[in-house]
Amino acid sequence: MLQITNLHANVGDKPILKGLTLSLNAGEIHAIMGPNGAGKSTLGYVLSGRPGYEVTEGEVTFNGQNLLDLEPHERAAAGCFLGFQYPVEIPGVSNVQFLREALNAQRKNRNEAPLSGAEFLKVAREQATALGMDMDMLKRPVNVGFSGGEKKRNEMVQMGIINPALAILDETDSGLDIDALRIVGDGINRIMRRPDKAVLLITHYQRLLDYVKPDFVHVLADGRITRSGGPELALELERDGYKELAA
Amino acid sequence: MTALLPTRHDEAWHYSDIAAVAAAWPLPAPENIIVPAGGHYARTIVQDTGSIHQIDVAIGKDATAAVHVLNIGGEYGRVELNVTLHEGADFKLGGVQIGGNAQTLEIITTVTHAEPKATSSQIVRSVLADTATGTYLGKIAVARDAQLTDSEQSVKAMLLDRSATANAKPELEIYADDVKCAHGCAIGELDPMGLFYLQARGLSPADAKKLMLQAFVAGVFEGAGDEEMLTEAALKKLGELV
Repeated sequence: MLQITNLHANVGDKPILKGLTLSLNAGEIHAIMGPNGAGKSTLGYVLSGRPGYEVTEGEVTFNGQNLLDLEPHERAAAGCFLGFQYPVEIPGVSNVQFLREALNAQRKNRNEAPLSGAEFLKVAREQATALGMDMDMLKRPVNVGFSGGEKKRNEMVQMGIINPALAILDETDSGLDIDALRIVGDGINRIMRRPDKAVLLITHYQRLLDYVKPDFVHVLADGRITRSGGPELALELERDGYKELAA
Repeated sequence: MTALLPTRHDEAWHYSDIAAVAAAWPLPAPENIIVPAGGHYARTIVQDTGSIHQIDVAIGKDATAAVHVLNIGGEYGRVELNVTLHEGADFKLGGVQIGGNAQTLEIITTVTHAEPKATSSQIVRSVLADTATGTYLGKIAVARDAQLTDSEQSVKAMLLDRSATANAKPELEIYADDVKCAHGCAIGELDPMGLFYLQARGLSPADAKKLMLQAFVAGVFEGAGDEEMLTEAALKKLGELV
């Protein structure tokens, strides 16, 4: 589904990714772990096309299509979803309005008919309920006045409504208390644990992986994948730290 | 009415398109509105042809007036309000100006609190692209015995291009000593992270901008009798800019 080959990327003049190669098949959940500054968030931003993140070498294909040629909104329509580490507050724009416009823009891009207001609200209500968020929050301006945990939960509601083929989740577990972590973990499993979907889970800690069992774990250090393994690698990392294993 | 053609030395015309003013000169006498004591007055002004509106409003004791302005059309558009409040009167202005190309758009207000206990509130939002200029000059004068005046101004401008210009000048002239006059002013650009967030969820760059601008002007027309028409016209104009 996603094939990253020898990816090099700069932020400004600074090289951050230095030859990253990674392959995700449908039905798989991959966790990327690594120390601060290794390039984990940069990977998420490069894959979703954030301006200022410049690819200098290598390629990325998504279902055979050159992902790097696409604008951010085209990547979304193609089925890529980035869960933000710091979801952005947008005063004045209601969640519901934003999500309906976003979903219908994606559907239009895929030549599908737009959802009516009623159809959309049904989907939105289902997803919000499943993640323990009340509809009043969905009507509020995007992320404004939300706590850290509520913002992350809102990201998952968005993911549920948009229903992407590939989710790149950037530290979705940060800022969550234990109950919220379980709810978010359950959400990822419910929405994304499917034979036709894949997840790239970027995280610092093992604890989210107790809820979302990865098929593969990779260590990202200094802009490259330095080790790959099964779920046991995450436990090893937790025990021994990155220093030992990243070398 | 000024008999002579104004120049840039006249403060109220400092940022104006003087050539356009000259073409319209001499201006007709300002429209005169008198709101009787206890009365209510509401007015919507859509400036979409490139014209100059000058309106004097006198609001009687305990009367209210609400004016909503959408200033979007022509090379040069100016809406000038000269408001006098008597005891306990209330004045509300909600103004939006949206300009592209080389448009010059202005909202000029003089609000005089002539007597005690009157309230006034002005909200003005400008969205400017290309080499457009948007100006708000807002003078508030509080007479010596106009105690317990409560007046506020909130002025914000959004520049879509570095070549656009926003001018904002609040001016307070207060002779009473027990008054509340709040004013705030901000000029900025769209938040690039917000735009990326919206695009990452599937909105095209133009739609993402439009949604953020819609949020920026939202609320200004709240309570206007023509709220829907005003909002629709504003959105249409925003759609032309992004």
